[in-house]
Amino acid sequence: MTRLTPSAKGIALHVGVVLALLALNFLLPEYHRGVFARVLVLAVFAMGYNLAFGYTGLLSLGHAMFFAAGLYGAGLTIYHLEWSVWPAFAAGLAAGAGLALVVGFLALRTTGVAFMIVTLMFAQVFYLTTLYFTTYTRGEEGLVLPQAARVLGFPGGTLNLSDPSTRYLVALALFTLVLGVILFVVRAPFGRSLIAIRENDERMRMLGYNVFANKLASVVLSGIVCAASGAAYAVLFGYVGSGFAAIQYSILPLLWVLVGGAATTLGPLIGTLFMFYVIDTASSYTTAHLLVVGLVLIGVILFFPKGIAGTVRERWLPWLP
Amino acid sequence: MAAVTPLLVTAGLSRAFGGLRAVDQVDFALPEGETHAIIGPNGAGKTTFVSLICGRVAPSSGSVVFDGREISRMPAHRRVRLGIAYTFQITSVFANLTAFDNVALAVQRRLIDDHARGLSARALTEHGMDALTKVGLAGHAGKIAGTMSYGHQRLLEVAMGLALKPRLLILDEPTQGLSDGEIENFIGLVRQIGAEATVLLIEHNMDVVMALAERITVMEQGRILAQGAPAEIRANKAVQQAYLGG
Repeated sequence: MTRLTPSAKGIALHVGVVLALLALNFLLPEYHRGVFARVLVLAVFAMGYNLAFGYTGLLSLGHAMFFAAGLYGAGLTIYHLEWSVWPAFAAGLAAGAGLALVVGFLALRTTGVAFMIVTLMFAQVFYLTTLYFTTYTRGEEGLVLPQAARVLGFPGGTLNLSDPSTRYLVALALFTLVLGVILFVVRAPFGRSLIAIRENDERMRMLGYNVFANKLASVVLSGIVCAASGAAYAVLFGYVGSGFAAIQYSILPLLWVLVGGAATTLGPLIGTLFMFYVIDTASSYTTAHLLVVGLVLIGVILFFPKGIAGTVRERWLPWLP
Repeated sequence: MAAVTPLLVTAGLSRAFGGLRAVDQVDFALPEGETHAIIGPNGAGKTTFVSLICGRVAPSSGSVVFDGREISRMPAHRRVRLGIAYTFQITSVFANLTAFDNVALAVQRRLIDDHARGLSARALTEHGMDALTKVGLAGHAGKIAGTMSYGHQRLLEVAMGLALKPRLLILDEPTQGLSDGEIENFIGLVRQIGAEATVLLIEHNMDVVMALAERITVMEQGRILAQGAPAEIRANKAVQQAYLGG
């Protein structure tokens, strides 16, 4: 029965994590606060990916397109149409949702390796499209959004998103919102259905569940969350470029989630933070930093086969959501 | 004869895999409330036939009518919601979830559709434990399904079927791999289920068939070889030759 009601421990832990992150805004040195702001936004990307991969068992190699859909949806409307941040952000979300609906509808006709390849191909098409329309996107070189446009309007005033503290807090707000949504979703009947589909989809079908519709809903929600991350990235850091649509950005969320722990709510944050600092630290000592990263990853897989949070849950804290 | 519309009717139902006619022009009717066994040698098309009924396999031709509705083009998950539940020949449970969570997924599906009652944690627990109690697994609710004994996993699957409150429960070789004691238990359980629902049973164990079935259908090479009460089937020469090893 305790499995069904949200356990108080889990809620307390998540509130504690958010409060700790809030305190870090005032404690961290400038450089690290900048890194954390970036990690929080990208952790949202990882959480979106985790919904499809970790919870539903859909190994996509094309999630860069959903991140980039949000990035371009917000960035292009600000740059070319001079939209303000709120509608531009909404445009990013809509772009991600629409793309996820179409790609999901087509790609979910396949499973396993075929699904990986189909999503990879769709993402490649998206990437090449951003290069093809280089007149508008300026391709790899990208667009820099003017500071004047990166202002969040409220009824009571405005927030300047290029200010480091504001940026951090807005990133944290988005992170908290998405964490709350994910926590709610995975405990709701819908989330339990997704996990069960991952475990045994034929059995689910024979329990009367529409497996395809559930998977599609998972992909669309995942796409929206990833697009939210992309759109936030555009308005907070002011840069929109094709590099974010490239294959690398489809692999990264997979790595972050695997390292942090698939199908855990906090794993994506842990994985993203960990990878960022491993790369950051390694590259300050040596140019062969990818070698170090590789070794660290091997170590993580050896000692934390289910990712950091996943292994902690398995060995010590079974209540961890 | 007083014509009561049967719960399930198939007409000319066929399914070919390449050149093999696994199910060949089968006309079959199952009255509501009956416990009916399908027997026949391996490869006779029994599993394919019930798979056509529950929608796991699409027919090459013919029709399936359930409760007066033509359902042969309906996807499997919608047939389940109409009241056709299927337990797999090869045990299929959610191995990493607890026994209760396994059953709760079935209850959840039914409660989502049952708008009057709605989905609450209390209803979920109540109906879930109810189904587990029926099969005698209430004491194992918190166990991870994959760690349970084979016999218990089979019972768990039946509990999932029961939790759907089906009108037609299809059991595909449910006693395969069970010990004699477990089989004894199982017969009692199916009798209980049979009092409320229509049961279609594929079974190799003739003791189980004779103990449970009100009527028996014998299949061979995709066709119905004989049909009738247990005593008639036992006396049927063709059946003895084909199946009972007479």
